[in-house]
Amino acid sequence: MESASPILKVNNLAVTLDGQKILYDISFDLNRGDTVAIVGPNGAGKSVLFRALLGLVPYTGTATWAKDIKINYIPQRFTIDRDFPLTVREFLQFKTKNHHAIFDALRSVGITDEHHINHHLLNQRLGWLSGGQIQRVLIAWAIIDRPDVILFDEPTAGIDVGGEETIYHLIKKLQDEKDLTIFIISHDLNVVYKHATSVLCLNKDMICYGAPAEALDPSALKALYGEATFFTHHHSK
Amino acid sequence: MNSQLILQLLIGGAIGIGAGYLGAFLILRRMALVGDALSHVALPGLAVALLFGFNPFIGAFTALFIAIVGIWILERKTNLPSEALVGIFFTIALALGILLTPEPELLEALFGSIGNVAHLDLYITLPTVALVIIALKLISKPLTLSTISKELTQSMKVPVNTINFIFLLLVAVIVALGIKVTGTLLMGALVIIPAAAARNISRTFSSYVFMSAILGGVAAISGITIAYHYSFAPGPLVVLSGGVLFLVSLLFKQ
Repeated sequence: MESASPILKVNNLAVTLDGQKILYDISFDLNRGDTVAIVGPNGAGKSVLFRALLGLVPYTGTATWAKDIKINYIPQRFTIDRDFPLTVREFLQFKTKNHHAIFDALRSVGITDEHHINHHLLNQRLGWLSGGQIQRVLIAWAIIDRPDVILFDEPTAGIDVGGEETIYHLIKKLQDEKDLTIFIISHDLNVVYKHATSVLCLNKDMICYGAPAEALDPSALKALYGEATFFTHHHSK
Repeated sequence: MNSQLILQLLIGGAIGIGAGYLGAFLILRRMALVGDALSHVALPGLAVALLFGFNPFIGAFTALFIAIVGIWILERKTNLPSEALVGIFFTIALALGILLTPEPELLEALFGSIGNVAHLDLYITLPTVALVIIALKLISKPLTLSTISKELTQSMKVPVNTINFIFLLLVAVIVALGIKVTGTLLMGALVIIPAAAARNISRTFSSYVFMSAILGGVAAISGITIAYHYSFAPGPLVVLSGGVLFLVSLLFKQ
């Protein structure tokens, strides 16, 4: 975990909203190229931690990113009406008008068929896409301007299990190819074991941080999910 | 065609285009009823302008500006949903406006007075509408994105709250102008109907905003023309023309 220049240093971070302590005692370093999974029960403050790291909510303590770092964020709630008049092309063009950049980004997220991209996908309304397709387009949107860091808030919410597996593979592949640092909120401990270089367990305060196999010990899991929970490796069909 | 009709068509058409373009964003943001109710707030401002003899546009805009700032602040300070705030304040404003407006002008204030526009109105309207359209075009990207996901837009370092406030100001400007055409009671229709019709017939965003502006202009121009030839009140006919366009758009729903 030691490295000369962490990409992010968080020290004693705490967030209080409307007089309620949402997060406290959060301290960790993040190195370039890491994939950090954030796990914890509902209401543990996972999304709030993201918002604090992005500077969208006030916090105490420090969260210092390395200089000139470009951070992109994919929020959890992304619902668009089916009849919202916005095509995939127009959505991606909010980021760049460069057709090649759009193409490259789509190719990176596994949409490679040029005919399909030109004649179907780009002219499709964003709201007509399936959950998995929207997720891919969102990831394309997030990588299109070559960020250093991507924050994913539950990339698999609303996606069937088969699709979930591919989204994680995709994220893994992107990370290998593009030297990305990835922060990911996940419910699926199985995925965390498989893909994350480190895990941050959160239940308002920081319960564990480290490599998944070491950090996620029985006491950490108990503190996260309570007495009755035990962890099994379940494999998706 | 006489020059008075041409004047009416120029002013009405420009306002229709501006209202349609603005309405496209208002509908996407699910603020249709805000636009409608806001127009009622203009009435007390209009009344004060009539009583003290200054330009009604200034009066209406001032009243709208106060209301918008009030709503903007209250929305952030309290947890009342904006519909409730709108419902409370805007009906009060309407009641106040009806009491304050001098009897002879009340009908015009409620239902529009495009029939007696002067050249000065043209000089106010055209540049103002042009400015509103340019401003909307400039904030169109963050405005649209924040409609889909506020968090995503904020994460791109866009000052979403400021953009929202600018948007509300533009709503105030268009409503204050539009009162001339349809009056305070019907102004909501001029921002809502063209956008709703355009949404039916467009798949892309660019065609949606473009068609909304065009349909707003068409509704205003056809309504004013029919009213002129058959000596009806123009305001209701503008709204009815919009209604017809909406019904036709249903046949072409995408």
